[in-house]
Amino acid sequence: MSRPLLAEFETPEALVRALRLARADGHRALDAFTPFAIEEVSAAFDPPRLPVRPIMALAGFGSAAAMYALQWYSAVHAYPLNSGGRPLHSWPVFLLVPFEVGVLCAAIAGFAVMLRACSLPRLHHPLFAMPRFERASQDRFFLLVAPHGEPDPLRRTLEEAGARLVSELHE
Amino acid sequence: MSAVPRPRAWIDADRLGYGAISAAIADPIQKRGPGRAWMIAIIVAMVLSVITLIAIGAVLTVGIGLSGVNTTVVWGVSIANYVWWIGIGNAGTLISSMLLLTRQRWRASINRFAEAMTLFAAAIAGLFPIIHLGRPLYAYWLAPYPNTMDLWPQWRSALVWDFWAILSYLLFSGIFWFTGLLPDLATMRDRAGTQAGRMVYGALALGWRNSARHWGVLETFHMTMAALAVPLVCSVHSIVGLDFAASLMPGWQESLFPPYFVVGAMYSGFAMVVVLAIVVRRGLNLQAMITPAHFDAMAKVMLFASIVMSFSYATEWFMAWYGGEHADRTVVGYFFAGDYRWLYAALLACNCLVPQALWFRSVRANLWLLAAIAILINVGMWLERILIVWNTLSHGYAISLWRTYHVSLYDLVILFGPLGLFALGFLVLVRLLPIVSMHEVRQVSHAEGAA
Repeated sequence: MSRPLLAEFETPEALVRALRLARADGHRALDAFTPFAIEEVSAAFDPPRLPVRPIMALAGFGSAAAMYALQWYSAVHAYPLNSGGRPLHSWPVFLLVPFEVGVLCAAIAGFAVMLRACSLPRLHHPLFAMPRFERASQDRFFLLVAPHGEPDPLRRTLEEAGARLVSELHE
Repeated sequence: MSAVPRPRAWIDADRLGYGAISAAIADPIQKRGPGRAWMIAIIVAMVLSVITLIAIGAVLTVGIGLSGVNTTVVWGVSIANYVWWIGIGNAGTLISSMLLLTRQRWRASINRFAEAMTLFAAAIAGLFPIIHLGRPLYAYWLAPYPNTMDLWPQWRSALVWDFWAILSYLLFSGIFWFTGLLPDLATMRDRAGTQAGRMVYGALALGWRNSARHWGVLETFHMTMAALAVPLVCSVHSIVGLDFAASLMPGWQESLFPPYFVVGAMYSGFAMVVVLAIVVRRGLNLQAMITPAHFDAMAKVMLFASIVMSFSYATEWFMAWYGGEHADRTVVGYFFAGDYRWLYAALLACNCLVPQALWFRSVRANLWLLAAIAILINVGMWLERILIVWNTLSHGYAISLWRTYHVSLYDLVILFGPLGLFALGFLVLVRLLPIVSMHEVRQVSHAEGAA
């Protein structure tokens, strides 16, 4: 089994070109690393298994409902206080706090899901040991491809597409 | 600076590579020293902060009698300041998320420090209700927690709404800000020249690898956060508006208050962002990233907000007359002819009159004029928050209770001092974190063909 190749490109266009060529040749593109979000590149890879938005919605609505229940329980049962003849279950003003708490809990849940979906935090990764990989967060575009069969044809394809440096990934 | 801004020129350089963008933003932090102006500014901010903390400490230990509050004007500078700071605090997240949702790419250059402004301002705002509480040591009673007294918070109280609004907002804004910062922390980690820098930024970046999957998830999450932020911001400042509107005082009991407070927050916040943008641009040499076109766009938003504010004031006067309530009418009369009439005149001049200069392109292109107008708008909004409290409380239903507010020394320190705390936070931030979003500027320059 040959090791995946990491190719470095100077422009996003070259990266996209190489991605297309490598896929057309039957190689499996594993990931791309770019200094900013490129929609076309992100769309080329499978989405993560964890859906961010549905989990946020669940956390938001769930915590809002729980907060409402807490208010209802405390105001109607645990500590009923007749304040100026207003109903104990004052639902219009009871909506404010659940809204705030719901949004906050959705945000916290979303953040946790984002970290989980990206397998973060992970302070060390084999990629960090690769030469020049630190440029991925600055000004270079990297493509990680698992060769189908021998690595040499893939290496040639990547170089023809404009790769400046192609190196093998070591675990 | 006199040149007329080019349309859609969000990167003011013919060719600025991705590396040059990273260098322009990260190097002032990692490679260059802080410089003399920064040192002087931080010393001034520190002195101001210490004085403020002493004054706050005195009010917390002795009591709110040290401020100018009396038996009638029971809300003073603290509450006005709370409203002003939460307004400034609201704007950062509102600006950032609204511009993100409407796909305004130019936000890239300003959103980071606008969001940082939010964090500091909201944290400062959160102090004021506690300072004003009278018995600040019981502030935690606002939270529902199991206690031996079997007591619960009063959910119908505006103070409890404020507690949840500020708490949720502060934490939410922190997450929103940190999420946008994550890729830039990775850049800082990768550019750090020292072991300590690599470790600190590396730990903060949580192992971000700029992977296509990471970007996909981050974009989904960030966009969803923006969609949640807009209603959250509106609700937070609406709740501040409700603190007033839910009372029974003339001039406060208006359904206009919540939206009027939200627009006021956007107005003062944008003015603050303009001031900070001018300072940051000059101080960190970011002329290529924060361009005349940015100031032009922000000036137009301020002009729009100024017109909405003017209409809101006019609505207040009209409704007092049209509603026919005697107390409401006399309060409006008191605005113009009462004890605080000069402050009210200054408010109208700063908020309604002066910003009309922004109709002229030459004014929008002149940074000195723009800075002056933005500062005046902030002063005007401050006066508005103060007068909302003073005018109504000084002139309520019972004539025997009419009193004017006299500002004490502690009031003055608590009024202006927090600017020192704010400046201190901001000055420390610009030395530690990228103040302009690097990955988003790279994206803009890619879209504009400038890289």
